[in-house]
Amino acid sequence: MGKDCCGQKDGNYCDQKAGNCCDKDETPVGEIIKVSTRLDLSDWIGSAGVRCGLNRSNYRINPGLYCVGSPGAESPVLVTANYKLTFDSLRKELSDLSAWILVLDTKGVNVWCSAGKGTFGTDEVLRKIEKVQLKDLVSHRTIILPQLAAPGVSAHEVLRQSGFKVVYGPVRAKDILNFIRSGMQKTQEMSTVRFNLMDRLILTPAELSYILKPILVLLGIAIVLELIGIDSRAFGGFVPYIGAILVGNFIVPALLPWIPGRPFALKGWLIGLVYALILILTHESIGWQLILSYLLIIPPITAFIALNFTGSSTYTSLSGVRKETKVALPFILVSLISGILFTIVTMVMFHN
Amino acid sequence: MRLKYLKNVVSLKLDTQKCTGCGMCVQVCPHDVFTIKEAKSVIGDKDYCMECGACSKNCPFSAIEVNSGVGCFRAILNGKRNGSEDCC
Repeated sequence: MGKDCCGQKDGNYCDQKAGNCCDKDETPVGEIIKVSTRLDLSDWIGSAGVRCGLNRSNYRINPGLYCVGSPGAESPVLVTANYKLTFDSLRKELSDLSAWILVLDTKGVNVWCSAGKGTFGTDEVLRKIEKVQLKDLVSHRTIILPQLAAPGVSAHEVLRQSGFKVVYGPVRAKDILNFIRSGMQKTQEMSTVRFNLMDRLILTPAELSYILKPILVLLGIAIVLELIGIDSRAFGGFVPYIGAILVGNFIVPALLPWIPGRPFALKGWLIGLVYALILILTHESIGWQLILSYLLIIPPITAFIALNFTGSSTYTSLSGVRKETKVALPFILVSLISGILFTIVTMVMFHN
Repeated sequence: MRLKYLKNVVSLKLDTQKCTGCGMCVQVCPHDVFTIKEAKSVIGDKDYCMECGACSKNCPFSAIEVNSGVGCFRAILNGKRNGSEDCC
Protein backbone atom coordinates (compact mmCIF):
# COMPACT_ATOMS: atom_id res chain seq x y z
CA MET A 1 0.00 0.00 0.00
CA GLY A 2 1.23 3.43 -0.89
CA LYS A 3 0.01 6.65 0.50
CA ASP A 4 -3.61 6.94 1.17
CA CYS A 5 -5.19 8.95 -1.58
CA CYS A 6 -4.77 12.66 -1.02
CA GLY A 7 -2.32 12.62 1.77
CA GLN A 8 -3.84 11.36 4.99
CA LYS A 9 -0.71 9.35 5.72
CA ASP A 10 1.03 11.66 8.13
CA GLY A 11 -2.27 12.22 9.78
CA ASN A 12 -1.18 14.93 12.21
CA TYR A 13 -3.49 17.46 10.70
CA CYS A 14 -7.15 17.59 10.26
CA ASP A 15 -6.59 17.55 6.58
CA GLN A 16 -8.28 18.92 3.61
CA LYS A 17 -8.04 16.96 0.44
CA ALA A 18 -5.04 18.16 -1.53
CA GLY A 19 -7.02 18.17 -4.76
CA ASN A 20 -8.90 15.55 -6.72
CA CYS A 21 -6.01 13.21 -7.00
CA CYS A 22 -6.43 10.94 -9.89
CA ASP A 23 -3.30 8.93 -9.71
CA LYS A 24 -0.07 8.14 -8.00
CA ASP A 25 3.27 8.09 -9.71
CA GLU A 26 5.96 5.62 -8.89
CA THR A 27 9.27 7.48 -8.55
CA PRO A 28 12.77 6.80 -7.21
CA VAL A 29 11.64 8.16 -3.87
CA GLY A 30 8.37 6.26 -3.64
CA GLU A 31 4.84 6.98 -4.65
CA ILE A 32 3.98 10.59 -5.19
CA ILE A 33 0.44 11.86 -5.20
CA LYS A 34 -0.61 13.40 -8.46
CA VAL A 35 -3.06 16.26 -8.08
CA SER A 36 -5.56 17.63 -10.52
CA THR A 37 -5.06 21.07 -12.03
CA ARG A 38 -8.77 21.66 -11.94
CA LEU A 39 -10.66 22.74 -8.88
CA ASP A 40 -13.90 20.98 -8.14
CA LEU A 41 -17.00 22.29 -6.44
CA SER A 42 -15.82 21.44 -2.93
CA ASP A 43 -12.59 23.41 -3.55
CA TRP A 44 -14.59 26.46 -4.58
CA ILE A 45 -16.91 26.12 -1.61
CA GLY A 46 -13.92 25.75 0.71
CA SER A 47 -12.32 28.86 -0.82
CA ALA A 48 -15.49 30.88 -0.44
CA GLY A 49 -15.70 29.71 3.17
CA VAL A 50 -12.20 30.82 4.17
CA ARG A 51 -12.71 34.10 2.34
CA CYS A 52 -15.58 34.67 4.76
CA GLY A 53 -13.43 33.69 7.70
CA LEU A 54 -14.78 30.14 8.11
CA ASN A 55 -12.34 27.36 9.00
CA ARG A 56 -9.57 29.72 8.01
CA SER A 57 -6.94 28.50 10.45
CA ASN A 58 -7.50 24.88 9.61
CA TYR A 59 -7.65 24.94 5.83
CA ARG A 60 -4.49 23.03 5.18
CA ILE A 61 -3.04 20.05 3.40
CA ASN A 62 -0.30 17.64 4.33
CA PRO A 63 3.19 18.97 3.68
CA GLY A 64 5.29 16.88 1.33
CA LEU A 65 5.74 16.13 -2.32
CA TYR A 66 2.99 16.19 -4.95
CA CYS A 67 3.01 16.30 -8.71
CA VAL A 68 1.05 17.49 -11.72
CA GLY A 69 1.24 15.98 -15.20
CA SER A 70 3.89 13.32 -15.67
CA PRO A 71 7.08 14.81 -14.30
CA GLY A 72 10.52 13.25 -14.57
CA ALA A 73 14.02 13.92 -13.34
CA GLU A 74 14.29 17.10 -15.40
CA SER A 75 10.98 18.61 -14.37
CA PRO A 76 10.81 21.84 -12.38
CA VAL A 77 10.23 21.82 -8.64
CA LEU A 78 7.76 24.37 -7.32
CA VAL A 79 7.81 25.10 -3.61
CA THR A 80 4.69 26.37 -1.87
CA ALA A 81 2.82 26.70 1.44
CA ASN A 82 0.37 24.21 2.90
CA TYR A 83 -2.56 26.61 3.11
CA LYS A 84 -5.06 24.93 0.84
CA LEU A 85 -6.18 28.20 -0.72
CA THR A 86 -2.54 28.78 -1.73
CA PHE A 87 -2.06 25.25 -2.99
CA ASP A 88 -5.28 25.41 -5.02
CA SER A 89 -4.39 28.73 -6.62
CA LEU A 90 -1.07 27.23 -7.66
CA ARG A 91 -2.25 23.88 -9.01
CA LYS A 92 -5.07 25.39 -11.03
CA GLU A 93 -2.46 27.31 -13.05
CA LEU A 94 -0.45 24.20 -13.89
CA SER A 95 -2.46 22.53 -16.61
CA ASP A 96 -0.23 21.51 -19.52
CA LEU A 97 2.74 21.34 -17.20
CA SER A 98 4.60 18.45 -15.65
CA ALA A 99 6.14 19.49 -12.38
CA TRP A 100 6.87 18.53 -8.81
CA ILE A 101 5.24 20.52 -6.05
CA LEU A 102 7.03 20.62 -2.73
CA VAL A 103 4.61 21.69 -0.03
CA LEU A 104 6.23 23.09 3.11
CA ASP A 105 4.73 22.99 6.56
CA THR A 106 3.71 26.62 7.00
CA LYS A 107 1.06 25.76 9.61
CA GLY A 108 -1.71 26.36 7.12
CA VAL A 109 -0.67 29.95 6.44
CA ASN A 110 -0.21 31.53 3.01
CA VAL A 111 3.21 32.20 1.47
CA TRP A 112 3.68 35.87 2.29
CA CYS A 113 2.42 35.79 5.86
CA SER A 114 4.30 32.60 6.71
CA ALA A 115 7.47 34.03 5.17
CA GLY A 116 7.00 37.13 7.31
CA LYS A 117 6.73 34.93 10.37
CA GLY A 118 9.63 32.77 9.29
CA THR A 119 7.72 29.47 9.06
CA PHE A 120 8.17 29.58 5.29
CA GLY A 121 11.85 29.93 6.01
CA THR A 122 15.32 28.72 5.15
CA ASP A 123 15.21 25.94 7.75
CA GLU A 124 11.88 24.56 6.58
CA VAL A 125 13.01 24.58 2.94
CA LEU A 126 16.17 22.67 3.90
CA ARG A 127 14.21 20.20 6.06
CA LYS A 128 11.77 19.37 3.28
CA ILE A 129 14.48 19.04 0.61
CA GLU A 130 16.08 16.47 2.89
CA LYS A 131 12.87 14.74 3.90
CA VAL A 132 11.51 14.09 0.43
CA GLN A 133 14.98 13.17 -0.88
CA LEU A 134 14.79 15.77 -3.59
CA LYS A 135 18.34 15.03 -4.68
CA ASP A 136 17.31 11.50 -5.65
CA LEU A 137 14.16 12.65 -7.37
CA VAL A 138 15.49 15.26 -9.77
CA SER A 139 18.73 15.50 -11.71
CA HIS A 140 18.89 19.28 -11.69
CA ARG A 141 19.60 21.46 -8.64
CA THR A 142 17.08 24.29 -8.91
CA ILE A 143 13.93 24.96 -6.93
CA ILE A 144 11.39 27.64 -7.77
CA LEU A 145 9.96 29.55 -4.85
CA PRO A 146 7.23 32.16 -5.01
CA GLN A 147 8.81 35.59 -4.83
CA LEU A 148 6.80 36.43 -1.75
CA ALA A 149 8.65 33.70 0.17
CA ALA A 150 11.78 35.85 0.03
CA PRO A 151 11.21 37.62 3.38
CA GLY A 152 11.63 34.24 5.07
CA VAL A 153 14.12 32.42 2.89
CA SER A 154 17.74 33.19 2.33
CA ALA A 155 18.53 31.91 -1.15
CA HIS A 156 22.30 31.84 -0.69
CA GLU A 157 21.92 29.91 2.58
CA VAL A 158 19.75 27.27 0.91
CA LEU A 159 22.33 26.93 -1.84
CA ARG A 160 25.20 26.68 0.61
CA GLN A 161 23.54 24.07 2.79
CA SER A 162 21.67 21.94 0.26
CA GLY A 163 23.23 22.57 -3.13
CA PHE A 164 19.88 23.70 -4.50
CA LYS A 165 19.71 27.05 -6.21
CA VAL A 166 16.65 29.05 -5.26
CA VAL A 167 14.97 30.90 -8.10
CA TYR A 168 12.29 33.33 -7.04
CA GLY A 169 9.36 33.05 -9.40
CA PRO A 170 6.53 35.49 -9.94
CA VAL A 171 4.44 37.02 -7.17
CA ARG A 172 1.21 35.57 -8.52
CA ALA A 173 0.64 31.91 -9.36
CA LYS A 174 -1.14 32.85 -12.55
CA ASP A 175 2.20 33.95 -14.05
CA ILE A 176 4.04 30.74 -13.26
CA LEU A 177 3.51 29.08 -16.65
CA ASN A 178 4.76 32.13 -18.52
CA PHE A 179 7.68 32.37 -16.14
CA ILE A 180 8.76 28.78 -16.73
CA ARG A 181 8.20 28.94 -20.48
CA SER A 182 10.22 32.10 -20.85
CA GLY A 183 13.23 30.39 -19.33
CA MET A 184 12.53 31.71 -15.83
CA GLN A 185 12.55 35.34 -16.83
CA LYS A 186 10.47 37.72 -14.78
CA THR A 187 8.86 40.86 -16.05
CA GLN A 188 8.50 43.80 -13.70
CA GLU A 189 4.76 43.21 -13.75
CA MET A 190 5.30 39.64 -12.53
CA SER A 191 7.45 40.75 -9.61
CA THR A 192 5.40 43.66 -8.30
CA VAL A 193 2.70 43.35 -5.69
CA ARG A 194 -0.55 45.10 -6.43
CA PHE A 195 -3.47 46.16 -4.31
CA ASN A 196 -6.26 46.86 -6.76
CA LEU A 197 -9.97 47.06 -6.07
CA MET A 198 -10.60 43.32 -6.26
CA ASP A 199 -7.51 42.57 -4.15
CA ARG A 200 -8.90 44.85 -1.48
CA LEU A 201 -12.55 43.85 -1.60
CA ILE A 202 -11.94 40.12 -1.46
CA LEU A 203 -10.41 40.62 1.98
CA THR A 204 -13.33 42.49 3.49
CA PRO A 205 -15.64 39.59 4.42
CA ALA A 206 -12.90 37.92 6.46
CA GLU A 207 -12.08 41.29 8.04
CA LEU A 208 -15.72 41.65 9.03
CA SER A 209 -15.65 38.24 10.69
CA TYR A 210 -13.11 39.68 13.15
CA ILE A 211 -15.52 42.34 14.33
CA LEU A 212 -18.73 40.36 14.06
CA LYS A 213 -18.67 39.73 17.79
CA PRO A 214 -18.76 43.41 18.84
CA ILE A 215 -21.57 43.99 16.35
CA LEU A 216 -23.61 41.16 17.82
CA VAL A 217 -22.87 42.36 21.36
CA LEU A 218 -24.05 45.87 20.42
CA LEU A 219 -27.22 44.49 18.92
CA GLY A 220 -27.74 42.32 21.99
CA ILE A 221 -27.38 45.31 24.33
CA ALA A 222 -29.81 47.32 22.19
CA ILE A 223 -32.41 44.57 22.25
CA VAL A 224 -32.07 44.13 26.00
CA LEU A 225 -32.41 47.90 26.56
CA GLU A 226 -35.52 47.90 24.46
CA LEU A 227 -37.04 44.80 26.05
CA ILE A 228 -36.60 45.94 29.64
CA GLY A 229 -38.02 49.29 28.67
CA ILE A 230 -35.05 51.53 29.46
CA ASP A 231 -34.99 52.94 25.98
CA SER A 232 -37.76 52.18 23.57
CA ARG A 233 -35.67 53.32 20.63
CA ALA A 234 -32.38 51.68 21.54
CA PHE A 235 -32.33 49.40 18.57
CA GLY A 236 -32.87 52.21 16.10
CA GLY A 237 -30.34 54.30 17.99
CA PHE A 238 -27.63 51.69 17.54
CA VAL A 239 -28.13 51.27 13.82
CA PRO A 240 -25.98 54.28 12.79
CA TYR A 241 -23.04 52.91 14.78
CA ILE A 242 -23.36 49.48 13.25
CA GLY A 243 -23.51 51.31 9.95
CA ALA A 244 -20.21 52.95 10.90
CA ILE A 245 -18.61 49.53 11.36
CA LEU A 246 -19.81 48.46 7.93
CA VAL A 247 -18.64 51.73 6.36
CA GLY A 248 -15.20 51.26 7.91
CA ASN A 249 -15.05 47.66 6.82
CA PHE A 250 -16.24 47.99 3.22
CA ILE A 251 -16.18 51.61 2.04
CA VAL A 252 -12.72 52.47 3.33
CA PRO A 253 -10.99 49.52 1.56
CA ALA A 254 -13.00 50.14 -1.59
CA LEU A 255 -12.09 53.83 -1.81
CA LEU A 256 -8.62 53.53 -0.23
CA PRO A 257 -6.53 55.08 -3.04
CA TRP A 258 -8.89 58.03 -3.45
CA ILE A 259 -9.35 59.00 0.19
CA PRO A 260 -7.03 61.92 0.97
CA GLY A 261 -4.06 61.42 3.29
CA ARG A 262 -1.65 58.53 3.69
CA PRO A 263 -2.23 57.30 7.24
CA PHE A 264 -4.94 54.64 7.33
CA ALA A 265 -6.39 56.09 10.53
CA LEU A 266 -6.79 59.47 8.84
CA LYS A 267 -8.46 57.91 5.81
CA GLY A 268 -10.85 56.01 8.07
CA TRP A 269 -11.54 59.07 10.19
CA LEU A 270 -12.38 61.19 7.13
CA ILE A 271 -14.79 58.62 5.73
CA GLY A 272 -16.40 58.31 9.16
CA LEU A 273 -16.79 62.08 9.29
CA VAL A 274 -18.45 62.14 5.87
CA TYR A 275 -20.77 59.32 6.93
CA ALA A 276 -21.64 61.13 10.18
CA LEU A 277 -22.35 64.36 8.28
CA ILE A 278 -24.62 62.51 5.87
CA LEU A 279 -26.52 61.05 8.82
CA ILE A 280 -26.82 64.47 10.43
CA LEU A 281 -27.90 66.29 7.28
CA THR A 282 -30.48 63.69 6.25
CA HIS A 283 -31.93 63.42 9.74
CA GLU A 284 -35.14 65.33 10.30
CA SER A 285 -35.03 67.42 13.46
CA ILE A 286 -31.80 66.17 14.95
CA GLY A 287 -30.82 67.53 18.37
CA TRP A 288 -27.38 68.93 19.16
CA GLN A 289 -26.77 66.05 21.60
CA LEU A 290 -27.09 63.43 18.87
CA ILE A 291 -24.98 65.51 16.48
CA LEU A 292 -22.19 65.61 19.04
CA SER A 293 -22.58 61.88 19.76
CA TYR A 294 -22.25 61.04 16.07
CA LEU A 295 -19.23 63.28 15.59
CA LEU A 296 -17.45 61.91 18.64
CA ILE A 297 -18.21 58.22 18.13
CA ILE A 298 -18.45 57.47 14.42
CA PRO A 299 -15.11 58.78 13.03
CA PRO A 300 -12.98 56.92 15.61
CA ILE A 301 -14.85 53.68 14.84
CA THR A 302 -14.05 53.93 11.14
CA ALA A 303 -10.50 55.12 11.92
CA PHE A 304 -9.90 52.06 14.08
CA ILE A 305 -11.25 49.66 11.47
CA ALA A 306 -9.15 51.35 8.81
CA LEU A 307 -6.07 50.92 11.01
CA ASN A 308 -6.92 47.25 11.25
CA PHE A 309 -6.84 47.07 7.47
CA THR A 310 -3.10 47.87 7.48
CA GLY A 311 -2.52 44.17 8.12
CA SER A 312 -4.43 43.27 4.98
CA SER A 313 -2.76 45.87 2.83
CA THR A 314 0.27 45.06 0.73
CA TYR A 315 2.24 48.25 1.20
CA THR A 316 2.34 49.31 4.85
CA SER A 317 5.62 49.08 6.75
CA LEU A 318 6.09 48.10 10.37
CA SER A 319 7.75 51.45 11.17
CA GLY A 320 4.84 53.28 9.56
CA VAL A 321 2.09 51.36 11.34
CA ARG A 322 3.95 51.75 14.64
CA LYS A 323 4.10 55.48 14.14
CA GLU A 324 0.46 55.64 13.17
CA THR A 325 -0.59 53.58 16.15
CA LYS A 326 1.33 55.82 18.51
CA VAL A 327 -0.18 59.00 17.12
CA ALA A 328 -3.72 57.93 16.24
CA LEU A 329 -4.72 55.42 18.88
CA PRO A 330 -4.89 57.94 21.79
CA PHE A 331 -7.11 60.25 19.70
CA ILE A 332 -9.34 57.35 18.72
CA LEU A 333 -9.76 56.18 22.30
CA VAL A 334 -10.34 59.65 23.78
CA SER A 335 -12.92 60.52 21.13
CA LEU A 336 -14.70 57.18 21.41
CA ILE A 337 -14.81 57.02 25.19
CA SER A 338 -15.87 60.64 25.65
CA GLY A 339 -18.52 60.15 22.97
CA ILE A 340 -19.94 57.08 24.66
CA LEU A 341 -19.93 58.76 28.10
CA PHE A 342 -21.56 61.86 26.66
CA THR A 343 -24.26 59.78 24.98
CA ILE A 344 -25.04 57.88 28.16
CA VAL A 345 -25.18 61.08 30.19
CA THR A 346 -27.49 62.83 27.72
CA MET A 347 -29.69 59.74 27.51
CA VAL A 348 -30.11 59.77 31.27
CA MET A 349 -30.52 63.55 31.53
CA PHE A 350 -32.94 63.97 28.67
CA HIS A 351 -34.85 60.78 29.25
CA ASN A 352 -38.58 61.40 29.03
CA MET B 1 -2.77 52.99 -9.02
CA ARG B 2 0.42 52.69 -7.01
CA LEU B 3 -0.14 53.28 -3.33
CA LYS B 4 2.38 54.94 -1.07
CA TYR B 5 2.48 54.83 2.71
CA LEU B 6 3.87 57.35 5.20
CA LYS B 7 6.73 59.63 4.29
CA ASN B 8 10.23 59.09 5.66
CA VAL B 9 9.50 56.36 8.17
CA VAL B 10 11.15 53.40 6.51
CA SER B 11 14.33 51.97 8.05
CA LEU B 12 15.86 50.64 4.81
CA LYS B 13 19.62 51.19 4.42
CA LEU B 14 21.98 50.13 1.66
CA ASP B 15 25.74 49.94 2.06
CA THR B 16 27.11 50.71 -1.38
CA GLN B 17 30.60 49.68 -0.29
CA LYS B 18 29.47 46.09 0.26
CA CYS B 19 27.11 45.97 -2.72
CA THR B 20 28.36 44.04 -5.74
CA GLY B 21 25.39 44.78 -7.95
CA CYS B 22 24.33 41.12 -8.11
CA GLY B 23 20.70 42.18 -8.45
CA MET B 24 19.21 39.80 -5.92
CA CYS B 25 17.42 42.70 -4.18
CA VAL B 26 15.85 43.73 -7.48
CA GLN B 27 14.55 40.18 -7.91
CA VAL B 28 12.90 39.87 -4.50
CA CYS B 29 11.55 43.37 -3.84
CA PRO B 30 7.76 43.35 -4.19
CA HIS B 31 7.62 47.12 -4.66
CA ASP B 32 10.34 47.70 -7.18
CA VAL B 33 12.40 49.85 -4.85
CA PHE B 34 15.82 48.86 -6.23
CA THR B 35 17.49 49.31 -9.59
CA ILE B 36 21.01 48.47 -10.68
CA LYS B 37 23.01 51.44 -11.92
CA GLU B 38 26.69 51.14 -12.86
CA ALA B 39 27.03 47.75 -11.17
CA LYS B 40 25.59 48.96 -7.88
CA SER B 41 22.15 48.72 -6.43
CA VAL B 42 20.35 52.02 -5.97
CA ILE B 43 17.33 52.73 -3.80
CA GLY B 44 14.69 54.64 -5.73
CA ASP B 45 11.76 55.95 -3.71
CA LYS B 46 12.19 54.60 -0.19
CA ASP B 47 8.60 55.44 0.74
CA TYR B 48 7.42 52.49 -1.36
CA CYS B 49 9.35 50.07 0.88
CA MET B 50 7.16 48.01 3.23
CA GLU B 51 10.05 46.59 5.26
CA CYS B 52 9.26 42.99 4.37
CA GLY B 53 12.95 42.19 4.69
CA ALA B 54 13.23 40.11 1.52
CA CYS B 55 16.18 42.15 0.24
CA SER B 56 18.31 42.00 3.36
CA LYS B 57 17.54 38.32 3.86
CA ASN B 58 18.66 37.54 0.32
CA CYS B 59 21.63 39.83 0.00
CA PRO B 60 24.66 37.52 -0.08
CA PHE B 61 26.93 40.40 0.93
CA SER B 62 24.92 41.75 3.86
CA ALA B 63 24.77 45.13 2.21
CA ILE B 64 21.16 45.85 3.13
CA GLU B 65 19.80 46.61 6.54
CA VAL B 66 16.14 46.99 7.35
CA ASN B 67 14.16 46.73 10.53
CA SER B 68 11.83 44.20 8.99
CA GLY B 69 8.43 43.11 10.18
CA VAL B 70 4.81 43.04 9.21
CA GLY B 71 3.01 46.37 8.96
CA CYS B 72 -0.05 45.08 10.74
CA PHE B 73 -1.93 47.08 13.36
CA ARG B 74 -3.50 44.00 14.91
CA ALA B 75 -0.08 42.41 15.32
CA ILE B 76 1.27 45.53 17.01
CA LEU B 77 -1.70 45.63 19.41
CA ASN B 78 -1.31 41.94 20.23
CA GLY B 79 2.38 42.47 20.79
CA LYS B 80 1.68 45.33 23.19
CA ARG B 81 -0.92 43.36 25.05
CA ASN B 82 1.20 40.26 25.48
CA GLY B 83 4.41 42.16 25.96
CA SER B 84 5.95 39.99 23.30
CA GLU B 85 6.98 40.29 19.67
CA ASP B 86 4.46 41.61 17.23
CA CYS B 87 2.33 38.72 16.20
CA CYS B 88 -1.03 38.32 14.54
